[in-house]
Amino acid sequence: MEAQVLQILQFIFDQFGAWNAVWGIIQPAWPVIWTLLKIVAIVAPIMIGVAYLTLAERKILAWMQVRIGPNRVGYWGVLQPLADGVKLLFKELIVPIRANKYLFAFAPVLVLAPALAAWAVVPFENGMVLANVNAGLLFILAMTSLGVYGVIIAGWASNSKYAFLGALRSAAQMVSYELPMGFALVCVLMAAQSMNLTDIVNGQQGNAGFLNWYLIPLFPMFVIYLISGVAETNRAPFDLAEGESEIVAGFHVEYSGMGFALFFLGEYANMILIAGLTSLFFLGGWLNPFHGLGIIGAYTDMIPGMLWLLSKMVFILFLFLWFRATFPRYRYDQLMRLGWKILIPFTLLWVIVVAAWMQTPYWVWSSVQG
Amino acid sequence: MNSLTNYIKSFTLWELLKGMALTGRYMFRRSITVHFPEEKTPQSYRFRGLHAQRRYPNGEERCIGCKLCEAVCPALAIKIETEERDDGTRRTTRYDIDLVKCIFCGFCEEACPVDAIVETRIYEYHGESRHELYYTKEMLLAVGDKYEAQIAKDRAADAKFR
Repeated sequence: MEAQVLQILQFIFDQFGAWNAVWGIIQPAWPVIWTLLKIVAIVAPIMIGVAYLTLAERKILAWMQVRIGPNRVGYWGVLQPLADGVKLLFKELIVPIRANKYLFAFAPVLVLAPALAAWAVVPFENGMVLANVNAGLLFILAMTSLGVYGVIIAGWASNSKYAFLGALRSAAQMVSYELPMGFALVCVLMAAQSMNLTDIVNGQQGNAGFLNWYLIPLFPMFVIYLISGVAETNRAPFDLAEGESEIVAGFHVEYSGMGFALFFLGEYANMILIAGLTSLFFLGGWLNPFHGLGIIGAYTDMIPGMLWLLSKMVFILFLFLWFRATFPRYRYDQLMRLGWKILIPFTLLWVIVVAAWMQTPYWVWSSVQG
Repeated sequence: MNSLTNYIKSFTLWELLKGMALTGRYMFRRSITVHFPEEKTPQSYRFRGLHAQRRYPNGEERCIGCKLCEAVCPALAIKIETEERDDGTRRTTRYDIDLVKCIFCGFCEEACPVDAIVETRIYEYHGESRHELYYTKEMLLAVGDKYEAQIAKDRAADAKFR
């Protein structure tokens, strides 16, 4: 990939006969430039994805409520995210007079940045990853946990009772659901015997297509990961942090304009991240679900892996929206009860079940390369 | 046994799946949205929209200044002043309706003995200040002159029920 890009650059600058001069300047910095290019290549599609996820959300919610959704801005409402973005950019930024201004400005960044940083270790195809870290899974857990600080700081820096109470609520929620999420991932890494995300996906390879995925043996963990993923991103039915109809906006009541928009960018980026991780951990990432299954397998093998990953992510994101359209919001004690008294004991139990299962000959999901 | 089935049901998320099946089915329903500026919902001939003052075919205004509408108006939105005209009839010199106060109940229309004050089908009007929504006699008569054909048709359709 790097060589091709260099060739293209060389071809462009050779038209002006300036390649040698240009290369002399950028060569020392080339590794940095190359990494920055890769980061842009990852972040830009995510941001576009975030923008259009908002449109998809509004459309799908509308369909499920027998409405039509946004259809005024551009054909079929395709320019709606742009219009929303421009509107938010031009809105006045109001900073409460008693707020801690630096932390107040810093909090939205702290929500968005980890959601983007976690993508560093996410492989898009075999070998297509920004940083092939061996402890990638730990990095992911660390990054997704950092989002809590953004919420807490936003609530505290606003210097408002409502924002602070909202922040406390959502911090407690996010911390609680981190645990079942972590335990679900423990099952995955036991099955894969690796914390490297590329290895985890490759461990799900085999000649039985989707039957080789960890979705099959770890199905309860898949469900729990999805549930805690929804809770972790503060999405309905776990959107107590936001709770439009009861506490207005929770931790970000005092934010306006682009600061407010950044929280939503962070929320949607987190949704895309969770969808990506779910498809990597349980749905075989870029692997073809029909691989090795006769004639269908032979034909579908021609579809590039990235498209498979994308379609799996889109499916999970659709589930997110579907949940939002279907379920009413949890009461706070129900939320805590579900997290601490059902999900955590159940995941702990399932870790033991999987460990025992792996000792028997009935465990057929060990990494069969091929 | 019952508690066991409950237990199984809650662990298989049975009811949640049922709910999702419902919303999933609705997703493929035809949307019932009316595309407003292009499409409009049907209106009754009894629709109570913007007010109008009517005239007789010979151009004489109908209102005789009896003030029944002013008396019946529950929102006190009507203000009338009358005077004797040169030909000895009583006519209004002032007939104002404050549309900001008006609740569009239609009592004025029902109270009127000569069908002078009526409510039309018009609902797409606006004012950028309260002042602009304060309709005077001239404005009401102008509305009546403009939509007389429609108003007369609606009264005729409703006549057998009155």
